[in-house]
Amino acid sequence: MAIINLRQMAINQSGTIISVKATGELGRRIREMGLVPGTSITVQQRAPLNDPVALRVMGGTLTLRNNEADFIEVEI
Amino acid sequence: MEPEQIIKRASELRWKLPQDFHDRWVEMVYADSARIASRNMVQQGKVHRLTWERRLDSLLTNRWTGMPIMVLMLASVLWITIIGANVPSGILATVLLDHGHPMLQHLAELAHLPWWLSGVLVDGLYLTVAWVVSVMLPPMAIFFPLFTLLEDFGYLPRVAFNLDHLFYRVGAHGKQALTMSMGWGCNAAGVVATRVIDSPRERLIAIITNNFALCNGRWPTQILLATVFLGALVPPALAGIVSAAAVLGVALLGVMLTFFSSWILSTTVLKGEASTFTLELPPFRPPNLFRTLYTSIIDRTLIVLWRAIVFAAPAGVVLWSICNIQISGMSLAQWLVNLLDGPGWLIGLNGVILVAYIVAIPANEIVIPTVLMLTVMTTGMSGVGEQGAGVMFETSENSALAMLLQAGGWTTLTATCLMLFSLCHNPCSTTIYTIWKETKSLKWTLVSTFMPIGFGIVICGTVAFIWRVVAG
Repeated sequence: MAIINLRQMAINQSGTIISVKATGELGRRIREMGLVPGTSITVQQRAPLNDPVALRVMGGTLTLRNNEADFIEVEI
Repeated sequence: MEPEQIIKRASELRWKLPQDFHDRWVEMVYADSARIASRNMVQQGKVHRLTWERRLDSLLTNRWTGMPIMVLMLASVLWITIIGANVPSGILATVLLDHGHPMLQHLAELAHLPWWLSGVLVDGLYLTVAWVVSVMLPPMAIFFPLFTLLEDFGYLPRVAFNLDHLFYRVGAHGKQALTMSMGWGCNAAGVVATRVIDSPRERLIAIITNNFALCNGRWPTQILLATVFLGALVPPALAGIVSAAAVLGVALLGVMLTFFSSWILSTTVLKGEASTFTLELPPFRPPNLFRTLYTSIIDRTLIVLWRAIVFAAPAGVVLWSICNIQISGMSLAQWLVNLLDGPGWLIGLNGVILVAYIVAIPANEIVIPTVLMLTVMTTGMSGVGEQGAGVMFETSENSALAMLLQAGGWTTLTATCLMLFSLCHNPCSTTIYTIWKETKSLKWTLVSTFMPIGFGIVICGTVAFIWRVVAG
């Protein structure tokens, strides 16, 4: 078990969110989409230019930019 | 306790909350709902996303195939639109122009209308509106449903996903990719579509730069000029490829100008932080054909068409009038053409084209017919368009067209600069009005109107200057 940043995850890798470090408006948007500690996520795809990243979360697909993914720590 | 007291007490307490209260609260809501779900729900087996859906997603957003598929989709939608619109446009033109126009002229004669009144109403107003309807309606009725089908199927959010990084680099939002591709159908619809962008700053960028997406009214101009002037420069076997490449080149230049002008705006007058790109990629679903047809025909096609008609009608009156009002033995149009010939020459165009662009502000569709009519009037050529002054016409014979325009002093430079100017000039009045309605700001409406003209003058001026220096 290791804790890494969401940006460093590979395609098809899964993990559980440990913490969300963002605050304010950005932190709120991230959390309201269900990206909260304890949620398991799978990296589904990266866009052709490597950014943004698409995640499988609770049966849906969400996208995040890499600089937003930086705030999320994941245990893999 | 009184209501006022409760509110007062609540606002006092709010200051005592920890700063991350909202964040913790959201996390707790999710934790609670997960607990409730696990207590009351029985799940059998594992939830499997359909394999084809996963494969399709990976194909559409993949590093190698994502971008080419996007360009291919765009090219085929435009191709279907242009090819498919030919037949219904022809039918409408036969009914409204070839039969409707003489019939109305005849009726006006029977009613003993004075020549100027029947001129303004039948040759000016009716003909221009009929023209706009027959040229605009079929492509829009094809493009918008196709676009809505792609939207319903779930492809468009993937386009935004693919292109977001490029838009992010120029300080704009990935969803601008959607409003831009909507603009290829119609800029007014593209401007309305910017409502999907949440951040006001990024939405304004998308509105102002939408005009660089070549709209339906301008594709025919591009195709015509490329075929008649650029295709003619090479052997006939290559003509098709050269003219298609030229048109695609202008469209891609438009994409580059979109990025460039977005970057300029976001580093100068519209500075600000980039917002987030939190978008849901919806599951693919079979589109609902009837709903698609209904929404795209009613919501998009008819509204845009109606606005175009409202603006085209007065333009027809103006066009007919300036051709028929004489001042010291010369029509007003002729005076304007002479006046604008100098400035036109500087940017590789001529007076006729500039007058046509002023008259054709209501709809880009009538630029070419107006240019042809004014060219006949100024060159005094006979054999084509003999319906009289202020009467628009179009000829299907490319060779006749080339001859007419060359008699009007056109060269390859004129055609090239007109193709560029058609990409970079003010939006049509329908779009300008839509921008005003969407932004409610005179300042941004003016910026959206004049920025593309600025680009056009600089680009065409530079091309004309270099061309003349090189060609001697």
